[in-house]
Amino acid sequence: MSLAQAVRDKLDIPDLVTGGKSLKDVTVDIAKPNEDFPTKLWWNTFLLVLTITLIDVAIIGYLFYEGLYLLGINNPVGWGFFVVNFVFWIGIGHAGTLISAVLFLFRQGWRTGINRAAEAMTIFAVLVAASNLILHVGRPWLGYWLFPYPNERGPLWVNFRSPLIWDTFAVSTYLSISMVFWYLGLIPDLATLRDRATETWRKNLYNVLAFGWVGSARSWSHLEIVSMILAALSTPLVLSVHTIVSFDFAVSILPGWHTTIFPPYFVAGAIFSGFAMVVTLMVIAREVFNLKNYITMKHLDNMNKIMMVTGLIVGLAYGTEFFIAWYSGNEYEVFAFWNRAFGPYGWAYFIMISCNVLSPQVFWFRKLRYNIPVMFIASLVVNVGMWFERFVIMMTLNRDFLPSSWAMYTPTLFDYAMLIGTFGIFFTLFLLWCRIMPVIAIAEVKTVMPQKEGAHH
Amino acid sequence: MYLPKLEQFHKYKEMDEGVFGIFETPEAIIHAAEKTKEKDYIGFDCILPYPVHGIDEAMGTPRSGLPWITFVAGIFGCAIGILFQYLTHAYDWPLNISGKSLNAWFAYVPIIFELTVFSAGIYTVAALCFLSGIPKATRRILHPDLTSHRFALWIPKSAKGYNESEVVSFVKSLGGSEVTVVKPENQK
Repeated sequence: MSLAQAVRDKLDIPDLVTGGKSLKDVTVDIAKPNEDFPTKLWWNTFLLVLTITLIDVAIIGYLFYEGLYLLGINNPVGWGFFVVNFVFWIGIGHAGTLISAVLFLFRQGWRTGINRAAEAMTIFAVLVAASNLILHVGRPWLGYWLFPYPNERGPLWVNFRSPLIWDTFAVSTYLSISMVFWYLGLIPDLATLRDRATETWRKNLYNVLAFGWVGSARSWSHLEIVSMILAALSTPLVLSVHTIVSFDFAVSILPGWHTTIFPPYFVAGAIFSGFAMVVTLMVIAREVFNLKNYITMKHLDNMNKIMMVTGLIVGLAYGTEFFIAWYSGNEYEVFAFWNRAFGPYGWAYFIMISCNVLSPQVFWFRKLRYNIPVMFIASLVVNVGMWFERFVIMMTLNRDFLPSSWAMYTPTLFDYAMLIGTFGIFFTLFLLWCRIMPVIAIAEVKTVMPQKEGAHH
Repeated sequence: MYLPKLEQFHKYKEMDEGVFGIFETPEAIIHAAEKTKEKDYIGFDCILPYPVHGIDEAMGTPRSGLPWITFVAGIFGCAIGILFQYLTHAYDWPLNISGKSLNAWFAYVPIIFELTVFSAGIYTVAALCFLSGIPKATRRILHPDLTSHRFALWIPKSAKGYNESEVVSFVKSLGGSEVTVVKPENQK
């Protein structure tokens, strides 16, 4: 037994891969869902979400043929669900980067079991978010106007001081860096699948996807450094993206939005909702793909703890907002917050508080952190709560400075269709991905296996 | 002052001709790499299913020089961010927005940051692809287990002091199994 293993046993640190697996077992177990014919459960779920997606695409087409008047948006509430969905999905995406980048920098071995799925989640969530950003402009076929390029309309440039342009740059940078990070990690695993493939078509497919990776030590040495660099770049990037998203609100002069707490509050909320989504997906994935030895209870426990901490941070932010509104002595600011809690959308505020602040408190108890149904329900509840958080922020618009310009916002069926459609697109992409690529980073898991320790002694 | 060295940008070389042997554990491959380095077969390589800690020291490969690329690319992206926004807003298309100064550079910071990160990340990955010789779909795979659970020592013909029979017996003496001579005419 190596010294490291002895220390682990002494301190009762649980193994990150349980079941006494060998290196070969890891490859076989993780590659299995990619190599077998999909199960009935997979087909049923996939067809369901695919149907939702196709209906959504048709509705989007109709919406832009007819015009945005089909939505519930009006003069004070000019963005509607699109921006709620945009902020919600960008937030979901952040946990993936945090798991892969921040935990990488902190040398947290347990990330290897969940980072691949979380990174994929990031990419699909950011794609869904970006589609909402494009759709909300109303004429999405002109969406490319958001990019600065020499155009035929004279020296007309985008306004770089506009938060919408900041969003464009932040989201596209985030998407490209996340995709590159995710795919670089996938290359060695795709090479594993290529070398295991028996059918020609499968071999050819993975041969192309794996880029011709052989696993030379020289390439590994570069790849490890690049992973570290990308982790170091993504960490501030993930903070900056949600900070910039919060600037969409905070650089305005609207009461309830024009607050300096927005950037950290948004980032904490993003981590909170993102981890909730990772828990939801991982609980399903470990059951469906039989990966309980790789996504252990310890992994879920750690994520539940993070959810609880970020839930507390978010709760503190809600309190701080109220306190500062009162302390500022600004009557519009005080009214905005009073209106949030006790105005016409007060029900949404209390859904938000109970889902986000109260529900994660169950994780104070170890027994509940290790309880699959409890964490699954809590993670769903947190996601509902976080969607409502963004809804509450946006509903601040319905009553601002002048009562003469107040108006209520009532979402129409088209708004709800857009919301459900985002889930359809996200899960369609995620399920397809689970079929083609390994849900766990095969090579990375091998580096944290117990029998591997002591390799350099 | 510390400056990058050429060896830090070590490249992956195609496996045309040479000898490889298979090893079962990470300890064995590290031991084999150390011995091969002592034997002075310059240009040899190890094929690993995952990054084995300590293999770089054993092989004598210096730390990757890619952080230098990141650094230069980051400065490049930052400069583009500053120049582009200044040129468009203060020079090419000056637009008076709420009476703010044309070169209100505080508002440029988000985009400068994003372009810095974007440029640093993308150029570093491009450099990695160049040094690792990817993407290339038509590549010789020595053994299918090498991306799963076994390790290989590869000594190419171009290595200094290469002598086929000597190298074969050397790899065998290290404990390598399935020692195979790779020649272009043997290739599929």
